[in-house]
Amino acid sequence: MGRYLLRRLLLLVPVLLGVSVVVFLVLHLAPGDPAEIMLGSQATQEDVTRLRADLGLDEPLPLQYARWMAHVLQGDLGRSIRMRQPVLGEVLIRFRATLILTATALLLSSVGGIALGVLSAARPRSAVDQLSTLGSIFGASMPSFWLGLVLMVCFSLWLGWLPASGMYGAHGPGGLADLLSHLVLPAVTLAAASTTIIARLTRSTMLDILRQDFVRTARAKGLVERGVVLRHALRNALIPTVTVVGVQAGYLLGGAILTETVFAWPGVGTLMLQGILARDFPLVQGCVLVIALVFVLFNLAVDLLYAFLDPRIRYE
Amino acid sequence: MSPLLLRPSRALRRIPRQQLALAAGLVMTVAVGAALLAPWLPILDPDVVDTPSRLRPPGSPGHLLGTDEFGRDMLARLVWGARVSLLAGLATASASMLIGVLLGLHAGYWGGRVDTVVMRLTDILMAFPYILLAIAIVAGLGPGLTNAMVAIAIVGFPLYARLVRGLVLSLREREFVEAARALGSSDRVILRRHLLPHLLAPVVVAWSLDVGAKILATAGLSFLGLGTQPPTADWGSMLATARTFVILRPHVALLPGLAIFLVVLSLNILGDALQDMLDPRLRHG
Repeated sequence: MGRYLLRRLLLLVPVLLGVSVVVFLVLHLAPGDPAEIMLGSQATQEDVTRLRADLGLDEPLPLQYARWMAHVLQGDLGRSIRMRQPVLGEVLIRFRATLILTATALLLSSVGGIALGVLSAARPRSAVDQLSTLGSIFGASMPSFWLGLVLMVCFSLWLGWLPASGMYGAHGPGGLADLLSHLVLPAVTLAAASTTIIARLTRSTMLDILRQDFVRTARAKGLVERGVVLRHALRNALIPTVTVVGVQAGYLLGGAILTETVFAWPGVGTLMLQGILARDFPLVQGCVLVIALVFVLFNLAVDLLYAFLDPRIRYE
Repeated sequence: MSPLLLRPSRALRRIPRQQLALAAGLVMTVAVGAALLAPWLPILDPDVVDTPSRLRPPGSPGHLLGTDEFGRDMLARLVWGARVSLLAGLATASASMLIGVLLGLHAGYWGGRVDTVVMRLTDILMAFPYILLAIAIVAGLGPGLTNAMVAIAIVGFPLYARLVRGLVLSLREREFVEAARALGSSDRVILRRHLLPHLLAPVVVAWSLDVGAKILATAGLSFLGLGTQPPTADWGSMLATARTFVILRPHVALLPGLAIFLVVLSLNILGDALQDMLDPRLRHG
């Protein structure tokens, strides 16, 4: 395991370097002078010159990258032009909200997806199976941001059960109950597509496993069907499911940007969007870098977990 | 989820497949037909503002599907929006495919350094959540439909590159390639005449499933305000502006979303049907 871990960590280095280059280039892709673009047409020449010097734009590109990297490695992601504050602090505050949303969605989609998959596999062609099949077809074709609006119309506008947007009510009591009531719609929206994917994978893996000899043996021993499905089959079906749950976590992190916009959730996605529209490049860079970093580290964690669950992977 | 791994309508075994594909084909014919014939259809101008009749519900006289927040005809905007959304999906999926096939083909065939460079590039691009990288690229290039399409095409090519590389790696060891080489064919001839035809079926299937995903991605960027800019109608940007008025008149948000949903669903079903047609082994799978 130690050797496998070392190899995986070494493989991470070129990927992280590549990610940093891509994030760095975001600022420099723009045709024309980034300083002029950031300041807009009203800016004086002096302002532009000062910003160019502040951002180090008057230096050669590789030098700029090295300087930027040196700062990033020390935890300095620069200062937001719009908010005039260090980017890292702002991103981390907002990231908390994104993490709450993503983690809840991941929990919902894994629990819901696995439960649906097991139920469908245990009783193929039952009503649950048919419904989950229908859901999986819809899930892959439905724009998540539209689903969010539909849920908002149904549950906030028509039924009035849940708040339509934000993380806490403006005049509400705050606290956990308030947060949870605001969290339901965005989390369900974000989790929907992933739930159907996890359910489909769990269903097909379970169906394969339920046909195997050891399951027949377990049944022949006289075990009740529930024990066979949950204790014998599900445990074996979980290994491939872990991988797909891991992959989904990454997609949820990306999808959160859209969901946050629909529900005005104060996460890093909405922060990044504000940064883009205000042409606040250091802020955008910071947001992209932090999300990508978490994504890469999460993928690594999933790979390690997978290797832990299935020893064959380590010796490949 | 990558369209290669996710094959939603595969699960629809039990519903008569031909009827399903037929219905999907019908939806696509209507959508493509409307998009192509938009200038000649008897519909209103999609950009004409008529503030007094703003936010009319569907079924209002003169506005079959109602009007939006500026009193523009929803039906006309949906039809003209189809042009933008379908074209964006087709163009970005095709661009991703071309770049990906080219890179994957060479990476798989030459191996060595070419392979390492191409594969590391795809690793890096895949180290970002899909939509995040597209947003980052648009942030650099500036918001707009063309830039959004460029971003989505760049983000999408690793999928094809990996698929094709994997296929080529196994194909290049096969006897017919060895035979061609023994007969003195140049690498160029082997790549073009012997390998490329073998890639056609899987690549076309991946592409057909990808068009829907790309329509969703473009609509997503437009929804965030990074794609199509007003007053041009496309389904994603219609949804974006409708968000503000969803409380007053849900139809302004529900209709464009429904259009995206139906088209992507049909594309997924057709893509699956195509795969079954091109790969008969799957029919009994």
